[in-house]
Amino acid sequence: MIILQNIGAYFIMLSKVFIRFTRWSVMKELILREVDSLIIRSIGIVSFISFFVGGVVAIQTALNLNNPLLPKNLIGYATRQSVILEFAPTFISVIMAGKVGSYITSSIGTMRVTEQIDALKVMGINTYNYLIFPKIIALLFYPFVITISMFLGIFGGYVASIYGGFCSSGDFIEGIQLDFTPYHVRYAFIKTAFFAFILATVPSYHGYFLKGGALEVGKASTTSFVWTSVLIIVTNYIVTQLLLT
Amino acid sequence: MIVVDKICKTFHGVTVLNDVSTQFEKGKTNLIIGQSGSGKTVLLKCILGLYSIDSGQIFFEDRSLQEMNNQERSVLRQEMGMVFQGSALFDSMTVEENIMFPMRMLTQKSPEEMRSRANEVIKRVNLINSNQKLPSEISGGMQKRVAIARAIVMNPKYLFCDEPNSGLDPKTSTLIDNLIQEITKEYEITTVINTHDMNSVMEIGEKVLFLENGYKGWEGSNLEVFKTENEAVGNFIYSSNLFQKVREVYQKEN
Repeated sequence: MIILQNIGAYFIMLSKVFIRFTRWSVMKELILREVDSLIIRSIGIVSFISFFVGGVVAIQTALNLNNPLLPKNLIGYATRQSVILEFAPTFISVIMAGKVGSYITSSIGTMRVTEQIDALKVMGINTYNYLIFPKIIALLFYPFVITISMFLGIFGGYVASIYGGFCSSGDFIEGIQLDFTPYHVRYAFIKTAFFAFILATVPSYHGYFLKGGALEVGKASTTSFVWTSVLIIVTNYIVTQLLLT
Repeated sequence: MIVVDKICKTFHGVTVLNDVSTQFEKGKTNLIIGQSGSGKTVLLKCILGLYSIDSGQIFFEDRSLQEMNNQERSVLRQEMGMVFQGSALFDSMTVEENIMFPMRMLTQKSPEEMRSRANEVIKRVNLINSNQKLPSEISGGMQKRVAIARAIVMNPKYLFCDEPNSGLDPKTSTLIDNLIQEITKEYEITTVINTHDMNSVMEIGEKVLFLENGYKGWEGSNLEVFKTENEAVGNFIYSSNLFQKVREVYQKEN
């Protein structure tokens, strides 16, 4: 019952985000600030994780290719497929649910606890639009982060394969070009768009409707991470079922 | 003037406000007092429109809050200023930006006009050399001054203060009380203050509403407080020895 209530409240919140817009001169600044906080400041950690996980995927693939009849270019092929189809869009989104999601929940939650949201309401401002809309727009740039993740994941696999002595540069590059399906990239970006919307709105919901004090801000951040991750995983399954089968 | 007419408010079946009626007069500092949990903050938030009421009406002059559409409510909100208990200043903005914020959101003024108006109210609340500081870099008393400056920057008709002197030392509390009273007189504002502080009641309580378990327990002025026979008000106001002594002295003299 509580879950149904929350789902209802979430959709009511969404319906209020897109009405009574904040004036553009203010909104422009808010969007730029959110692009900096949510996108630019995430590039470092996403790059780091992508490079090393890409390397690990390549090493594990190489170590499982015991049969001498299997070509070495499979290392590049498997790395590309893993990174583009799953690792970059889904795994990175779950990590972002922790980084960006917690930031969104705790920043909006703190505004709730310190009555800053009430102060905005008293001024006659649509707080849903003021607080949540800039985050949704900022996360339109999220596919850019995923593109970097894809590139660095494959590059990490390349570096690990070459310097680990698992295959030659030519084999790896041949592998990443082998049987390339552009639709897989489109599928990854379609997933990413869904995840971006979840990343912007679910943590906002948990922060906005927070009740209590500082302790609850911490709890809400954790709950927000759990629900954002669950929704990303479920959406991943549904979108995959719809687009790849 | 604000007229509160027989309002009731319940939360999950628990009645928090029960048939409360009163008037808050223009150009006066109107105080709402009562124990914790008596419904003071809920009453204030109902008047502000942050909570919807179950029954009754709230009138701003002759305009009923309950009968207003969103557009009319928006206009009304621009006539309101609010000082929150914890000041509710925006952490990421400087003092000047906090004060200019309502103008940026709600008016077409140029940045120069906004800055000039902000500086006017900064001077009015005696904030010196703090324009570019963040709220975390100034004291609690100064934060209250910034909150007051932000609340009056749009020339509001109605000023609401939720425990404006909580967490402040007695001297600063008195300064903040006096500042609010001066501003009320100067701009002819209808000011409603929610407080626990008996010094405020004595200093600036031109109209005092006492709430008791969600009901209106008593109303009058700070001078009438000394004469009232209402036991609940007596128990609340004279719970400290200091005020008992003040009452005794007053009663002997009169």
